[in-house]
Amino acid sequence: MSLLEIKNLNISYKTRKETIVASSNVNFTLERGEILGIVGESGSGKSTIANAIINLIDPPGQITNGTIKIDNKELQNNEEIIQKIRGKKIGFVFQDPQTSLNPLFKIKDQLIETIQTHLNIPYEEALKKSINLLQEVGIENATKRIEDYPHQFSGGMRQRVVIALAISCEPDLIIADEPTTALDVSIQYQILELLKELTKKRNLGVVIITHDMGVIAETTNKVIVMRHGLIVEQGNTKDLLTNPKSTEARSLVISVPPTNKKIKRFKLIGPDGSEITSSSANLTKNIIKTWGVRKNTNQKLLELQNITKIFDDQSISYRKKIDENAVKAVNNVSFQLFEGETLGLVGESGSGKSTIAKIITGLVRPSVGKLEYNGLSLYNSKRKYQIDKSRGQIQMIFQDPYSSLNPRFKVKDIIAEPIKFFQKGITRNDLEQNVNDLIDIVGMTRKSLDRYPHEFSGGQRQRISIARALATRPRLLICDEPTSALDVSIQAQILNLLKDIQDELHLTMLFISHDLPVIRQMCNRIIVLKNGIVCESNDTETLFNNPLHEYTKELIRLMPKIESII
Amino acid sequence: MISYFFKRLLQSILVMFVVAFVSFSLFNFVGDPVNSMTGEDASDERRAEVREVLGLNDPVYIQFSRFVGNIIQGNFGISYQLKREVSDLIGERLPATLELVFVSAMLAIIIGTILGVYTGINRDSFISNVILVVSLAGVSLPTFIIGIMLIYLFSVILGVLPSFGRGEVTDLGFWTTGFLTLSGLKALILPSVTLSLFQMTYVIRLVRAEMMEILQTDYIKFARARGIKNNVINYKHALKNGLIPVITITGINIGTLIAFSIITETVFQWPGMGSLFINAVYFVDIPIMSAYMIMVAFIFVMINFIVDITYYFIDPRIRLKEESE
Amino acid sequence: MIKKTFNKIYDTDIGFSFFNSKIAIISSSIFFIIFLCSFFAGIVAPYNPFDPASVSLMDAFTPPVWSEGGSASFFLGTDQQGRDMFSTMIYGSRISLIVGFASILFAMILGVFLGVTAGYIGGRYEIIVMRVTDIQLTIPTILMALLVDGIARAVISRSMHDEMAIYVLIFAIGISEWPQFARVTRASTLVEKNKEYVSASRIIGLSNIIIMFKHILPNILRPILVIATIGLALAIITESTLSFLGVGVPPTTPSLGTLIRFGNNFLFSGEWWITFFPAIFLVVLALSINLLGDWMRDALNPKLKKR
Repeated sequence: MSLLEIKNLNISYKTRKETIVASSNVNFTLERGEILGIVGESGSGKSTIANAIINLIDPPGQITNGTIKIDNKELQNNEEIIQKIRGKKIGFVFQDPQTSLNPLFKIKDQLIETIQTHLNIPYEEALKKSINLLQEVGIENATKRIEDYPHQFSGGMRQRVVIALAISCEPDLIIADEPTTALDVSIQYQILELLKELTKKRNLGVVIITHDMGVIAETTNKVIVMRHGLIVEQGNTKDLLTNPKSTEARSLVISVPPTNKKIKRFKLIGPDGSEITSSSANLTKNIIKTWGVRKNTNQKLLELQNITKIFDDQSISYRKKIDENAVKAVNNVSFQLFEGETLGLVGESGSGKSTIAKIITGLVRPSVGKLEYNGLSLYNSKRKYQIDKSRGQIQMIFQDPYSSLNPRFKVKDIIAEPIKFFQKGITRNDLEQNVNDLIDIVGMTRKSLDRYPHEFSGGQRQRISIARALATRPRLLICDEPTSALDVSIQAQILNLLKDIQDELHLTMLFISHDLPVIRQMCNRIIVLKNGIVCESNDTETLFNNPLHEYTKELIRLMPKIESII
Repeated sequence: MISYFFKRLLQSILVMFVVAFVSFSLFNFVGDPVNSMTGEDASDERRAEVREVLGLNDPVYIQFSRFVGNIIQGNFGISYQLKREVSDLIGERLPATLELVFVSAMLAIIIGTILGVYTGINRDSFISNVILVVSLAGVSLPTFIIGIMLIYLFSVILGVLPSFGRGEVTDLGFWTTGFLTLSGLKALILPSVTLSLFQMTYVIRLVRAEMMEILQTDYIKFARARGIKNNVINYKHALKNGLIPVITITGINIGTLIAFSIITETVFQWPGMGSLFINAVYFVDIPIMSAYMIMVAFIFVMINFIVDITYYFIDPRIRLKEESE
Repeated sequence: MIKKTFNKIYDTDIGFSFFNSKIAIISSSIFFIIFLCSFFAGIVAPYNPFDPASVSLMDAFTPPVWSEGGSASFFLGTDQQGRDMFSTMIYGSRISLIVGFASILFAMILGVFLGVTAGYIGGRYEIIVMRVTDIQLTIPTILMALLVDGIARAVISRSMHDEMAIYVLIFAIGISEWPQFARVTRASTLVEKNKEYVSASRIIGLSNIIIMFKHILPNILRPILVIATIGLALAIITESTLSFLGVGVPPTTPSLGTLIRFGNNFLFSGEWWITFFPAIFLVVLALSINLLGDWMRDALNPKLKKR
């Protein structure tokens, strides 16, 4: 008898207009001691399945067919049984540790309450049990920390507390919905190791939902691949990853950035199952005509000298000196960027990489230091950004495709605005020609121009963002985590597009990411940042094959590698 | 912790100063105090005399400090219209207003919170919908209409409650109270219901909106996933978070009540500060107007101060933020 | 063509919500009717009650047509001066609506401008604007309006008073309402400011004014609209309260509040209709606007998951 058995599960949402099928015909089982991964792109229905098991699907969704059995007891749609089982037999871990814990209650109270809800034990005993739980999940000084409030813990610590809460009543099944997506690589590694350990120690069955193939490779025994609510393939992890059969699975596996070598372009699988290669050579003839040909002179384009940034409180600060103990987002960073190269800034949250990008583009002022573009200083003596010195030559694309486009503007206006700004007297025809060229270059149809951003997917929105960035004919393109919010196959498409554009238009790129494999593929030189300080700076291959700094070594060691299994 | 209180205290004093200054300007630069005291056709010498007595020939900052000094001692000047010490007038009328406001506040906050929590948790029940419709009426009915309607119903038609005045009051020396006599209590009913209705509906809607939003947060979902019972989730987890905004608006609540008491007192001929003020506006009686402003500002500031302090003890995030600075 | 536009509106989230909500349709219809009636008062009202020639004291205190002593020529009866109730109500609602709309418009322009600039520019400017907003928000509308009105009375000479009364009133109510707009606008602006499309605009080099009013403002209109609708109801109630207290519009151009004040004196002596009908009218007006605003708030709130 399996621990968890799902048969023919169908879930749909009835909205005002139509009925959307969230999942159909889902069948799988899970035994004790196994870790099952459910992977798929966003919208594939993986979270819905997880929520269905504990009957917490957001309305108006509901289970329309099928059975969910835990140790042979049927659960679906039976709120009474489910209430008793939640927490006691099934533990749930949510994605975002920031919002999972009630901010007004101490950890102690939240733990003891959960324990006493399911187990009939007195307060003292529950308290002892809680402290033990915290120690088990790796929180030091548990006796003292249990008296703290959630906001006194860091992100990774909070997720450990969440896990402690999930296992507090000795459940047999744990469901973790993207448990490490919001965490840094090193923390992610620790949390996953913790889950593996708990599985073995307590003989649990664990379901992990994720979009990260590396996590699947390193953590799970079995894997299910979903797409549009259907299971397209399932099986033993090692087998499936080495030899994927379905288009979806092949596409997922092949799009993952390799961690052990450098490739020219990411491989993509088209909808018919065959490999595709993309090239935008033809599309840029017009652009090259209007932009003029550029030559790579390999000169120094950008230079940062001793850049430091301290973020003040919102209140007006009368202190002019720099407090030695203040938290420095960027700490004495210096580097140079040469024309034609792609420089990568890699680091975890708090490393200062995004802040550096903002300083270069003038969105944030540095507290100390010099910034030069083409030999000209970009910050004057009053620390004001001299945007006319760069005149549109520095551009940026951002991380969140859902907030980088103004929802009230049509696509064509979004792209046209910067063109009109820099070429004040441009004729309507020329403007239209420019906009058309740009939308062609990023691989979207001319029909998109009359639509609004919300009609497009994340990947398409990033393409529009790229078109907008190119509209000012930049020499330097800063990419701040441009694909972190995208599914892995879309990521491959966008990264290929960026590489193509860079080749054709001789762009210089500053590429920022926390994702090491992606950085390896995109950049020829890398700077590693931690807490605002430069740890190491070297050519890509040298850095990966021969890391010098301890932190670099740790990052390389801990990054989830799909090759570990294949 | 001390610095938190100290900062708030300083801010309060600053606000009082600003109010005092505005009030002072009213006195000196709006209308002509001399005219009001002496009448329009007084002789020039009489005027000069009055100017001297009122100290209007001294530089502004001296006048202002004199003004502030007077205020602190409770001397607000003499009413132009009633020719009596303003402080006496206030002393007579303040208890009436404060008692009315206190009862109304209790009604509005307690009943409002209970109904707000209920309608927030039971979103679709029939009772909730009824409560919401009635509360909507409360917001759309101007206070004076409610007052008139209640008077018509309970005094004219049914004849069970008085339509004006405070009833019999007991004199406690510095305070006169209507709580100790039956007629006093009866007289309180209609005005306080009238006064509290508007605020009550406001509280209901606010609490309801808060509760609904909280019930959709991740931490509530996580609590459900841990098997915590619904009742506990609703009345322990959600409620504690939902009460925070109620505390904020309590401060504003009492302020609004004091303001709306002006209307209620007019409709019910309640001998409080409000009706005193409205007369002052009508007759352009500046000393009363400015005294009213200062009294009311003082009450607002005090209440906000108490609210800030209460916040400190309820929300642990504020405590820690202040302590780490 | 009309069908096409109708379909387009129906397809949007708001359109769908509207046409499926009985409350929204009924309340907006009622409001629309009242609005039209008062706009075309000259045509709709059977008499012009402020034309001394058409009014006769002989007709005073006529009860409504269905009561004993009523007359068909005065459907809802007449007041103490012989003016037709229905007509006075129509004309009165016109004044109420004019003051209401004008004051909200004033408050909105002032509040939104200050809110957007404060939220976007930040720094000392923002702190000052927000302090003023906070302080003013603790002062209730009525009090603020009364104070401004009182000061105006003291400053303006008696003779000019009646002429200026309406402007003073609009100013007073507007001044008391702008902080609501400022606060909501600033909060929304802060959210938008952190969005990446604003960063993109700054990198292009667009001026702050363009970013504030061309990019950010269109995205924050929703909450402003909700506040404006509910604020309109509040403004109308405030005006009627002030008029009832005797410090609102001059008696020569009475609003609904003034009418209620007139009638109050006769409520207990039996001529109930002089107060009753204007009161009902006022309540219906305020209620319809509030219902509309309520529906709007729920329909435009992205956080509330729809069932």
